[in-house]
Amino acid sequence: MDLILKVWRQKNNKDNGRFENYKVKANEHMSFLEMMDVLNEDLLAKKEEPIAFEHDCREGICGSCNMVIDGRPHGPNNGTTTCQLHMRFFKDGDTITVEPWRVKAFPVIKDLVVDRSAFDRIIQSGGYISVNTGQAQDANAIPIEKDLAGQAFDAATCIGCGACAAACPNASAMLFTSAKINHLGLLPQGEVEHSKRVQAMVTQMDEEGFGMCSNTGACEVDCPKEISISNIALMNRSYVGSVFGSDKGS
Amino acid sequence: MRWLINFLSSSLGQKIIMSLTGLFLISFLTVHLLGNLSLLSDDGGYTFNTYAYFMTHNPLIKATSYGLYFFIVLHAIQGLVIALKNRMARGANRYAVKAKGNASFSSKNMALLGTLVLAFLFIHMGDFWLRMKLDWLPTVVYEGYAEPIADLYGRVAMQFQNPLIVIAYVIGQIVLGLHLWHGFQSAFQSLGLNHPKYTPFIKGLGKAYSILVPAGFAIIPIVHFLFK
Ligand code: HEM
Ligand code: FES
Repeated sequence: MDLILKVWRQKNNKDNGRFENYKVKANEHMSFLEMMDVLNEDLLAKKEEPIAFEHDCREGICGSCNMVIDGRPHGPNNGTTTCQLHMRFFKDGDTITVEPWRVKAFPVIKDLVVDRSAFDRIIQSGGYISVNTGQAQDANAIPIEKDLAGQAFDAATCIGCGACAAACPNASAMLFTSAKINHLGLLPQGEVEHSKRVQAMVTQMDEEGFGMCSNTGACEVDCPKEISISNIALMNRSYVGSVFGSDKGS
Repeated sequence: MRWLINFLSSSLGQKIIMSLTGLFLISFLTVHLLGNLSLLSDDGGYTFNTYAYFMTHNPLIKATSYGLYFFIVLHAIQGLVIALKNRMARGANRYAVKAKGNASFSSKNMALLGTLVLAFLFIHMGDFWLRMKLDWLPTVVYEGYAEPIADLYGRVAMQFQNPLIVIAYVIGQIVLGLHLWHGFQSAFQSLGLNHPKYTPFIKGLGKAYSILVPAGFAIIPIVHFLFK
């Protein structure tokens, strides 16, 4: 299949950036990243600068293959990352627009690569358990209700890619932050520091300059792990609880 | 006090302000509509005028009305602040291709819809509320009332003979309905109230409310224009 790729090129954070059009020959068995590899091979052969994009696992678990494809983070399909998107979902002759995450708190480093360390700082502010939980326990030593375990697991599937903030009309990071708060807070080991964690992580999220959730639901539609915005509601009530209901937090 | 300021200035705190003031305005609209439906009765305005007299002279209701003015202003200012911050959070470059179908029109345009509601409120309050407050309205004398009562009904009936005003009111109500189409259920989500047990009910109630209440308001100018 013959495609035209309209790709965002930006030398560095100072550069203004612009779109460039490229012709590329792909086949429908390729993943989107493999198609990008082919394009980069062509560019290298022509002694042009290849397109910088992030990738690592290529199996949907690392959260690094981030690009907005035709207006949607990770492309047109729900519940997949860019590396899991295959060219058979495009048609011969298509023009495909590829842009980086456009979120102020994620400055562009080069082309499609953005700096997501704002997410790292949110985690560093409290997304961990500091109490000693000892040796790995027998799986059934601490009984956990099935529903809670399921809810915590669903939140824990977050791969931190940032598609939620990229998709959100307000560039809000609340789906990410709430998932990271809840996958710990719903379980007994994480519950101990829950109030403190909610406060710290929400404060850090605000400091990074992300927008505020308008409950549009765009994030859960574009989340490759289909994490629900009910996590945001849970974070909101934990936050209110941590301010008004707890003498442990500050 | 520091903790309260921190809370109210945090992103989640600001959303709590939006949701609580929004829900207060929703409950106000319900009362407002129930009272205004008396504009449809055929008694030359007696029910409506005495109702308006009661609403402007009962001390408890007067006190509540100051709360209402404050909450409208707070909701509008806070909403515009949020919208501005959210715009800045995107950064200098916007997406070349806009995503379609991942969120409702209402949810993406709350600030625009809210500003239009505000514009409507200015027209609406200038037309009736302000004239009432400034004692610009002619009065009528009813038996059992010590003083003459402002004839708000007369003003309403006169204004609603003007097709442009009727159209403006209908458009205002459509805009309000769109604001509430998303806003009603959104307020519960902001407050952290989301559960498979009741969220479907809230969403259904929100849709019914955002159609029926604006429709109820819109009927009044239409009936006056066509039949009175
Ligand atoms: C009677 C009139 C109004 C009612 C009943 C109302 C109701 C609501 C409700 C229930 C919400 C949802 C709150 C949430 O998401 O937590 C909301 C949001 C909003 N309202 Fe209003 N509103 C009214 C007028 C206005 C006005 C005059 C403005 C001003 C410009 C405005 C601006 C907004 C904005 C920007 C949001 C979205 C906030 C966000 O993104 O989170 N509203 N409104
Ligand atoms: S490369 Fe790891 S998720 Fe796509």
